[in-house]
Amino acid sequence: MHLVYAAVLAALLFCVGLYGVLARRNAILVLMSVELMLNAVNLNLVAFDVWLRDTLHAGQALTLFTIAIAAAEIGIGLAIVLQVYRNRGTADVDRLRDLGEDAHRPDPDRADREEKAEAAA
Amino acid sequence: MSTTTTAVLVPLLPFLGAAAGLLLGRRAPGAVRPLAVLPTLAAAVLAVVVAWQQGGEKPLDASTRLTPTGSVPIDLALHLDGFAVLVAVLVGIVATCVQLYSTAYLRDDPRYPSYAALVSLFTSAMLLVVYSGDLMVLLVGWEVMGICSYFLVGHYWETRAARSASLKAFLVTKLGDVPFLIGVFALAADAGTFRINGILTTAVSGGIEHPTLVALLLLAGVAGKSAQFPLHTWLPDAMAGPTPVSALIHAATMVAAGVYLIARLLPVFAASAAALVVMAVMAAVTMAGSALAALAQDDIKRVLAYSTVGQLGYMTGALAVGDRGAAVFHLISHGAFKALLFLGAGVIIHAAGTNSLAAMSRMNHLAKRVPDAYWTMTVGLLALAAIPPFSGFFSKEAVLGAAEHATTGDAHGIPAAAGWIVLVAGLLTALLTAGYATRLWLLAFHGKGAEAAGHGREPLAMNAVLWVLFLPTAALGLAAWKLPDWFDGGSLTPTLTTSVLSTGLALAGVIVMYAAWRRTAAYAARTPLGAVAADPGAAPYVSEEETIATHEAAYGGIAGAPDPADPGRLLLGPLHRHAVGGFHLDAVYSVLFVRPTRAAARLARFLDREVVEAYVRGAGGAPRLLGAAVRRAQTGNVQTYLSALLAGSVVLAVAAVLVATGA
Amino acid sequence: MTGTTVLAANAPGFLSPSGVEIAFLLVGIATLGAAVVTVTTKQLVHAALWLVMALGGLAVEYLLLTAEFIAWVQVLIYVGSVVVLLLFGLMLTKAPIGRSPDADSANRWPALGVAVAAAAALVWVVVDAFRTTWIDLRGAPQGSTKVSGEILFRHWVLPFEALSVLLLAALVGAIVLSRRKKEER
Repeated sequence: MHLVYAAVLAALLFCVGLYGVLARRNAILVLMSVELMLNAVNLNLVAFDVWLRDTLHAGQALTLFTIAIAAAEIGIGLAIVLQVYRNRGTADVDRLRDLGEDAHRPDPDRADREEKAEAAA
Repeated sequence: MSTTTTAVLVPLLPFLGAAAGLLLGRRAPGAVRPLAVLPTLAAAVLAVVVAWQQGGEKPLDASTRLTPTGSVPIDLALHLDGFAVLVAVLVGIVATCVQLYSTAYLRDDPRYPSYAALVSLFTSAMLLVVYSGDLMVLLVGWEVMGICSYFLVGHYWETRAARSASLKAFLVTKLGDVPFLIGVFALAADAGTFRINGILTTAVSGGIEHPTLVALLLLAGVAGKSAQFPLHTWLPDAMAGPTPVSALIHAATMVAAGVYLIARLLPVFAASAAALVVMAVMAAVTMAGSALAALAQDDIKRVLAYSTVGQLGYMTGALAVGDRGAAVFHLISHGAFKALLFLGAGVIIHAAGTNSLAAMSRMNHLAKRVPDAYWTMTVGLLALAAIPPFSGFFSKEAVLGAAEHATTGDAHGIPAAAGWIVLVAGLLTALLTAGYATRLWLLAFHGKGAEAAGHGREPLAMNAVLWVLFLPTAALGLAAWKLPDWFDGGSLTPTLTTSVLSTGLALAGVIVMYAAWRRTAAYAARTPLGAVAADPGAAPYVSEEETIATHEAAYGGIAGAPDPADPGRLLLGPLHRHAVGGFHLDAVYSVLFVRPTRAAARLARFLDREVVEAYVRGAGGAPRLLGAAVRRAQTGNVQTYLSALLAGSVVLAVAAVLVATGA
Repeated sequence: MTGTTVLAANAPGFLSPSGVEIAFLLVGIATLGAAVVTVTTKQLVHAALWLVMALGGLAVEYLLLTAEFIAWVQVLIYVGSVVVLLLFGLMLTKAPIGRSPDADSANRWPALGVAVAAAAALVWVVVDAFRTTWIDLRGAPQGSTKVSGEILFRHWVLPFEALSVLLLAALVGAIVLSRRKKEER
């Protein structure tokens, strides 16, 4: 089988995940996109492991580790998202602008967001 | 003590006095007056001793090498001849009188310590100029006088007139000093030395390559310092300084420095007939013009200032016809009577509470209030008008005699034209001088109207000084028979023709002025005019400062007054308007120098503000703009940051691949 | 393709090599499509379901690459737990059911640019590098459960144990983070 198939599929999946991370507004959707990217890497690892016929099967072992780490990541990530949602009343990534220079400026959405947060609490 | 040591002490003592006065002035107020008067007095006494020891014998030279410059050496040299020692005596005596007078005149002035120190420094500089045998050392004294006059004229710096006058005095004299410096260098380059003796030897043997050019360059500096046309404009304005300063600087010392310098370097000037003619024309224009202007002045001190300019014109005229004996004789006698007149004017200004002749002409019995000033000034004015037998007559006759001698072509190397110019202008000026002297006397002492405001008795120091100066004013004429032994030996005694002519003209001037005054005096009662500053308890300088500050407001100008009772106005007719402002020379200067300078300053400012600063602003503005642009990227949106980060990573990765594959 | 036919001639597997190839391509296209829908759909819950499809497609790809154990782990962990977790997350953050027009942020077009550029660069490099590389799928499966278990507990024991510590830490962390504080109640 042509290795390029697997490699190109992995590359494209990775870029789709990339797009999702950059373009999605909801933090949970961003986490899904991250899963896509991780899986693209896994596919690469498996494909190359099979191609190289590695006696240690390092690729497959690493894939297993990645899957485990991804599970841990999704657990922690979801916990963080929940916490953010609880505090801010939103899980929208582009509304979390406290890093910006004029974050202290009162912006129109802020008031109702706070209301939402209170309602959620 | 040898003559040389004594002579060294003469300029040194006032200098030390000035240094001590500046250092101790604030800490020991009691020591200021002794420190001001005693060194100057000692210098005057020592100057007399030096004159006695020198005794008009062979010139005495002493020198020590100051700096081996590599090319033309500079020597700390003394050159004591008859001219030097006698002028030094004059400077010493006048300076002592001025210092004594100032102790009373500026009695309560908080700035008296620095004032007295500057007067001492000034005296020291003048004595250095007089005794120096080296042009470079002379130049040091010359420039120190310039800066001292700047400070002293600006003593009343609270008033605008004094500020601008001090600046003007400094700038105009510097305008002459630049060509002067070039001329000195040219002389030294030709002669290979700065020593005056060496330069004179070179000049006599014809070793100077461009005598006319050098003489004219030097003449520019002399015109600035000695207030000769066209650089005389600073002197009338400098009357905004205190009266003793006017007496010291603008009658006997600083302005005398220029004349004295030509007298010392006369062979250099005599080497060029053209320079002599230029000098004669300059002297003639100065004399006649300043006499006309003096007729129109309202400020008593400005009248005296213009008369100083005119008398300096006589001296320059004498030098133009090659007779330095006559020039220095007139310098000495003029120094004495002009110092007397200025100091007397100070007394009058204090007593009358005004410096305006128009206001004085409306006061009763001013003469009775200041009898000392009245009598001494009367004699001083007679001397100024060259009425025999006072000193001014003899010295002026010496000048006119020399000019007449030159017209006949007898004098060696002197163009007859110069003689004629000086003679005619001198005779005309004699008439005018007598006129304005009479005008001053009549207006100041013979006014009719209200009583003068009371200022109490004048301080003893001020009156005593007047009588000290009265002696040479009255009697120095007798020296005409003795002085040739000290000078070059030419006769200084009056000759019959010029004596009769000039005395006749002077008397005519007196009579005409008197007649005019009789006609106009009646107007005085009809047109009330004048402002009087009355400070009975204060020191004399307070009245003067006030009257200087208010003259322009009260009379519509710094120089003139709209007084129909002024005989000068009647006699000058339409010329009066121009004479008040010094024949609009200031306007000419304004067009020639002030405006181009201002324009250049504006150009420089424009270049600095708009061109140079544009780069500075750009250097600051570009980073600021960049910063603003970069700041816009800081939205706080993590996705934007991540997009930029990954885009950069892609670009870098592609670049790395391209480099790795060698594409 | 001649090489493929040669290889396909002596293929022992369930599908002939060319069959494997075709199946890989088809499943790959389906996976990619599901992934694209996952990141573009306006319905949040649908995105999670499309993610299931993409991840399942990948599991099939692992099977085709003879990595059986990985494939089952993929199904168990991802499809079985991760997606369920994500769905719970959506539920807990009160994600709207149905179409939500603002699912994509304003950063969408730059994101698309970056993604396309990255894809172009990666595909170009990968194709350029592995144009002539073939995977030999004959012989014993590379990732049977037996093989995987042997290498995992023979060569990779230490990382495996370290990973278990990591998982424990993640577990504790998730609990601490999602636990409500007392005063908030």
